[in-house]
Amino acid sequence: MTTGEFLRVSDLHAFYGESHVLHGMDFTVRRGECISLLGRNGAGRTTTLRAILGLTGRRTGSIMLNGREAIRLPPHRIAQMGVGYCPEERGIYASLSCEENLLLPPRVGSGGLSLEAIYDMFPNLAERRKSQGSRLSGGEQQMLAMARILRTGARLLLLDEVSEGLAPVIVQKLGEVIRMLKERDYTIILVEQNFRFAAPLADRMFIVEHGQVVAEIAREEIDEKQHLLQEYLGV
Amino acid sequence: MTEIFGVPIQALYGQLMLGLVNGSFYAVLSLGLAVIFGMLNIINFAHGAMYMTGAMLTWVGLEYLGIGYWWMLVLAPIAVGLIGIAIERLMLQWLYKLDHLYGLLLTFGLALMIEGLFRDLYGVAGQPYSIPEMLSGAFNLGFMFLPKYRAWIIVASLAVCFVTWFMIEKTRLGAYLRAATENPQLTQAFGINVPLMVMLTYGFGVGLAAFAGVLAAPATQISPLMGSNLIIVVFAVVVVGGMGSILGSIVTGLGLGVIEGLTKVFYPEASSTVVFVIMAIVLLVRPAGLFGKEK
Repeated sequence: MTTGEFLRVSDLHAFYGESHVLHGMDFTVRRGECISLLGRNGAGRTTTLRAILGLTGRRTGSIMLNGREAIRLPPHRIAQMGVGYCPEERGIYASLSCEENLLLPPRVGSGGLSLEAIYDMFPNLAERRKSQGSRLSGGEQQMLAMARILRTGARLLLLDEVSEGLAPVIVQKLGEVIRMLKERDYTIILVEQNFRFAAPLADRMFIVEHGQVVAEIAREEIDEKQHLLQEYLGV
Repeated sequence: MTEIFGVPIQALYGQLMLGLVNGSFYAVLSLGLAVIFGMLNIINFAHGAMYMTGAMLTWVGLEYLGIGYWWMLVLAPIAVGLIGIAIERLMLQWLYKLDHLYGLLLTFGLALMIEGLFRDLYGVAGQPYSIPEMLSGAFNLGFMFLPKYRAWIIVASLAVCFVTWFMIEKTRLGAYLRAATENPQLTQAFGINVPLMVMLTYGFGVGLAAFAGVLAAPATQISPLMGSNLIIVVFAVVVVGGMGSILGSIVTGLGLGVIEGLTKVFYPEASSTVVFVIMAIVLLVRPAGLFGKEK
């Protein structure tokens, strides 16, 4: 695996209207690395992903993406730099069929998975390909939201609460998919509530509180930094 | 002579056909409104003025520049589309996050200004425009004479509606459009240039209105007021069909045109109000319109 930086977020502030949500986020993600942003609800983890994509209001600071500054670019230009986004609310289009949802995001890089490979990975989606987006179950919607960005050739995947509210068997399936993506050298940011889901997948974990990174824990430090997890997350 | 409910069947056919012609205009105009509302969240009160501009340009083209009907059928929608794009970039784009009321007021003001401009230039007296040679005359269908130009209006309108519907529902570009209508932010986060699509959608929507205007030019008196006379009925059509529904606006446009035509035969006194009566009933039973989705 290469060790170059894929994403460097420095002193990132973001606003929704008048409210100041991110207060100087700082972290880096190396190429092929999987990091997790952990923290309580409202700590600013989802906003961090949205700010990277330019979906918040005003932003200041710096977002270096693959060596290029992205802070002043509109969302579609940022996505075209190879970023795939799987939002917390899943964002399945109700007016599009399952397969239309899957085919919607345009290619943003080379080497995306083929439709067949995706259907091999998620056989449920193949069965439901003609179904309207709104008719899919929660688990199917989550798989679709993940699968949708694997086709595009995006190399940086922003995954927001993928395990939330799903049956254990589906959570396990998504864990396997993420592991497979790591093997294929994807760069991944996991925003997770579920520490037990994130811990085995993440190479490093960042604890976010009040819109800032307050602690960084590498995978091999989990035991010695147990007190931090206890303090911030209650695990 | 054969009669139905005391009405000569010739008169019935005649009004049915006129109803279809009017319905074709309703369909094309409300389709444009629906596409614009879906994408921009703006109730385009300038739609009638764009329709009128299309007709006016057709007349101006022939009168001053010697450009004939067929060329204007292509050029007028493009010209009006470009005007629309300029309006979107300069004015409308600042209103998307505000209440519908602001877009409605702005476009209403624009409509008054465009109308005023043409009134000032050419007065309110209607200008005649002769039917292109190829389409003058009538088909003898055996049971009635069908003026060729009216048949052309119906065919051309239906073709444009079908192509628009097909583009939106069956193509990749249409999938982008539907996605951007449903969730513009996420769609842009997938790398699709949504602001560009919004701009082109407005240009396309008003281009459709201009196309209807060119079609109308030889069939009516071309006057700066022709848009505002029609647009009120078109808004009723949109309300009946369901705001933002593509298929709804096409089907309702044609249907209400025919109902209006039939009312002229059986109870002429109600012909100018029947559309609004239907609108009231539909609003009572289905507030979101016949094809609209409740929010």
